[in-house]
Amino acid sequence: MLRCFVVGGLICIIGQILIDKTKLTPARILVIFVTTGAILGGLGIYQHIVDFAGCGATVPLTGFGNALAKGAIEEVGKSGLVGAFIGGTKAAAGGIAAAIFFGYIASLISKPKMKKQ
Amino acid sequence: MKPIETKKDYQDYVDKKSPNSPIIKNCFNAFWVGGLICSIGQIIFNYCKFRGMDVQLSNTIVSIILIGISAFLTGLNLFNKIGKFAGAGSLVPITGFANSIVSPAMEYKSEGYVMGVGGKMFTVAGPVLVFGISASIVVGIVYLIFNTQAITLV
Repeated sequence: MLRCFVVGGLICIIGQILIDKTKLTPARILVIFVTTGAILGGLGIYQHIVDFAGCGATVPLTGFGNALAKGAIEEVGKSGLVGAFIGGTKAAAGGIAAAIFFGYIASLISKPKMKKQ
Repeated sequence: MKPIETKKDYQDYVDKKSPNSPIIKNCFNAFWVGGLICSIGQIIFNYCKFRGMDVQLSNTIVSIILIGISAFLTGLNLFNKIGKFAGAGSLVPITGFANSIVSPAMEYKSEGYVMGVGGKMFTVAGPVLVFGISASIVVGIVYLIFNTQAITLV
């Protein structure tokens, strides 16, 4: 649990330094994290971090990228080239579908923001 | 003071006038909020494992629950307050992904429920999915090329 807390926090610190020290927009930072996670996952490095830190590594967006890459690799092992296209989205399907569904519902129930003066 | 002539002069001027962002404090807040969110995930994960689910299913459930919570917190305008305080601490975990879907959708609600909410949901999350999924396909193909066992399946 402590390892989860520390590693999760450290990954967030990397993000915070990127926000403060560069002029990257949050969207780009999210893209960088997901892509980095996918590359590290593809190289098999990220799995070591997951083994060490559990959700400290899977909950940040790098873990999302890792899940995509891992899914692609597993599916390639099962069904060859098509697997590269099926696997990633299949592994992340739950997260993506939940984000779309809850996202839409939450937007519907939200009240439009009042701009504070 | 000397007149501002070049772009660099202007940048120096802006840097001098704008307050330094307190990076140490920001990093500390990002650290403990991010760590806390991951720990909540770990608690859910441990419970799923305790109920006898496998690792991948447990991870999916953790993502779904955290995404659901942060989507509704964003809808209630509470997530922005956490985000202002924690910075990357709430942005980098999967909660930031949910927030990035809901906040533009809320913003464009007035443009209608199909093109407004439905279309703008992916202004930030779209690139994340495009690059994430593309990267996973590249990883899969690279793996296919370098793993002879997989090639025989094609």
